[in-house]
Amino acid sequence: MTGRETLLSIEGLTKAYPGVIANSDVSFRIGLGEVHALLGENGAGKSTLVKMIYGLVRPDAGRMLLRGAEYAPADPHAARKAGVAMVFQHFSLFEALNVAENVSLGMENPPSQGQLARRIREVSQAYGLPLDPARLVGDLSAGERQRVEIVRCLLQDPKLLIMDEPTSVLTPQEVEILFRTLRQLSAEGTAILYISHKLEEIRALCDTATVLRLGKVVGTCTPRAKSARELAEMMVGKLLNETRRSGSAPGAAVIEVQGLSVRSPNPFGTALKDVSFSVRRGEVLGIGGVAGNGQDELLAALSGEVSAPKGAVMLNGTDIGALGPNGRRSLAVLSAPEERLGHAAAPDMSLTENAVLTGAAREGLVRGGFVNWGKARAFAERIIREFDVRTPGPGNAARALSGGNLQKFVIGREILQRPDVLVVNQPTWGVDASAAAAIRQALLDLAEGGTAVIVISQDLDELMEIADRFAALNEGRLSAPRPTEGLSIEEIGMMMGGAHGMEVAHAQG
Amino acid sequence: MDLSAIDPLVLLASLMVAATPILLAATGELVVEKSGVLNLGVEGMMITGAICGLAVAVETGSPALGFLGAALGGAVISLIFAVLTQVFLANQVATGLALTLFGLGFSALLGQGYIGVKPPPTGQVPIPGLSEIPVLGRVVFSHDLIVYLSLILVALVWAVLKYTRAGLILRAVGENHGAAHALGYKVVRIRVLAIMFGGALAGLGGAYLSLVRVPQWTEGMTAGAGWIALAIVVFASWKPWRIILGAYLFGGITVLQLNLQAAGVKVPVEYLSMSPYLITILVLVIMSSGRSRAALNAPAALGQTFHASS
Repeated sequence: MTGRETLLSIEGLTKAYPGVIANSDVSFRIGLGEVHALLGENGAGKSTLVKMIYGLVRPDAGRMLLRGAEYAPADPHAARKAGVAMVFQHFSLFEALNVAENVSLGMENPPSQGQLARRIREVSQAYGLPLDPARLVGDLSAGERQRVEIVRCLLQDPKLLIMDEPTSVLTPQEVEILFRTLRQLSAEGTAILYISHKLEEIRALCDTATVLRLGKVVGTCTPRAKSARELAEMMVGKLLNETRRSGSAPGAAVIEVQGLSVRSPNPFGTALKDVSFSVRRGEVLGIGGVAGNGQDELLAALSGEVSAPKGAVMLNGTDIGALGPNGRRSLAVLSAPEERLGHAAAPDMSLTENAVLTGAAREGLVRGGFVNWGKARAFAERIIREFDVRTPGPGNAARALSGGNLQKFVIGREILQRPDVLVVNQPTWGVDASAAAAIRQALLDLAEGGTAVIVISQDLDELMEIADRFAALNEGRLSAPRPTEGLSIEEIGMMMGGAHGMEVAHAQG
Repeated sequence: MDLSAIDPLVLLASLMVAATPILLAATGELVVEKSGVLNLGVEGMMITGAICGLAVAVETGSPALGFLGAALGGAVISLIFAVLTQVFLANQVATGLALTLFGLGFSALLGQGYIGVKPPPTGQVPIPGLSEIPVLGRVVFSHDLIVYLSLILVALVWAVLKYTRAGLILRAVGENHGAAHALGYKVVRIRVLAIMFGGALAGLGGAYLSLVRVPQWTEGMTAGAGWIALAIVVFASWKPWRIILGAYLFGGITVLQLNLQAAGVKVPVEYLSMSPYLITILVLVIMSSGRSRAALNAPAALGQTFHASS
């Protein structure tokens, strides 16, 4: 940071919500043109902090100085006027509106639509982010949507650009292009506050990192000088266990999917097109791909929420395509969907009730139409004990659990039912590092016991860590599975569909 | 049966009059739903407008003030809905139904002293020049001001939604309230204003019944017009111009039903009175079976409760 003029200095910011202190006396500085990383686990207070900088949340105490002048934005409009722009983690875009309209909504004094369309083209070409202003955002890929957000910020000539987990939905090639854009911006004097928990990316991109833990600053460092492991341990505050893999060879094929094509139940979803793969006993198949390329549909087709055509889904040689979720559960084909609240668990029901919802048949919790609550409660308690779910007891509502704890409960509930095939979608999404490690270890242990495990995830590092073979979903098609050993990040990127037509623009620029 | 007794020109002219109340109410509800709020209380707001309009017109002797009072009455009663759903985060469907029941009862109470009272007549304003066009002039350009106003309002709503920044923000709020909030737009304020606009138009529609169509006060005189207005918004797939089509179609059925009765047709009236709803159900089925983007024009955040949790 030496030699850089300070752009934004944050002094003693504190923000408390009922029952939780989100930020406590947070102080750091961002220099002009600096790429500053904000590191921390879920719940460390990163989001609250940037919301205060962007004017969405008012701090309880402390102050901010922008170029030496007092800075206390009352709302995002004031923040944007002061030259602060933000790209959100969950896009702040409107699917039914076109690109130009979306950009205009994020600007203070938008020019006329015609003029705006021209400026969008200019700026997007200058930074290698081609965009068609007239297209509906609902029809764009995740990478293109992010370009809309970035271009929206760039049009306002920001002094500070905040990016909240920008790469979680991008292919490796798209990440590379994003980084080039960010470096160009930084060279032009725009400071970037970069939030992520992808440590390798932070090491590649950022000049300085501030690490938050439980709302407090626990350290500042130069990420290039540290290893990813050291950074992770700063975030977590303890040493991390590495997952252990067994070397045992997988057995015979358990589940075989042959030419599976299904329409999506969701109008904006992606249909599966001719998906084929098989998973053997004791094997972990990792399925990667950018979100929205058929992941939810694949889980639905395997769990039985959507019925599959004749002969497309075979379990040990028998067709199970026509069976619903309960039929498949009774044959030991279990699943844990991505959305914890509302799909994997009923938010307002207790953990015991949630345990009954999928465990009724296999655990014998229902007899003659009556629920055996004693047995159900014992089952829920066993999940809580064996998977270290932090909760006062099984009578608590699912909604009351933190994301990581509920995820451990959801995964544990399926694992304890002794599946022959287990399908999980995003098993560690939004889960802190130590809980994520525990879930991955549980999946590996399950495979070691002879289960065929299918892990759908957008976290490539996770898939490389636990999967034996890797395949990628791209627009509803599944690439041929390949052994993870020796697979390079470029090869994975190509399997995921490359950079979705972005290379050309950069070759010109 | 004597169908020749039905004069198509008179039918067309009276169709425009019959459709005006539902056209007004549906235009208002379209704006409300575009902002992401489902207000099922249209019937209640209409009937409140009907009695407010009649009472003000009778007391002041001015139909214009009557219509103004009706719009005000509709907007005020819609505020109940706005406060309950936007501030106290009540369920929109339940609150809307309650508003309808409340409006029916409340209007009956207000109307106690006005049963059988004739309001001052609302004059017809033939548009100079245009009304002299043969046939068309008599059918389209020889109505009262509210008929013209209802058409102008549709055009206005269309233009505002399509071309202005205010319209863009309204659509954005109805599409994704979380994102709109993150960008710094006042979701609750925008929705409350939209709800009040919807209430005012429903009130105007109700007053058109009690001041022009009937014209007097009877309890429950809207007789389901509010529900038809709600159906038309869906039928029109949230597009302003199609609201006119829907309203005139359903207004036409109402008029035709009366004429057929008068002509002694042996079709039970009940079939015709259920037809608007049957058509709406049919449209809904057709819309949801075609999964293309264009068919699913409903605002994405429709009926969802917004709470700024950040």
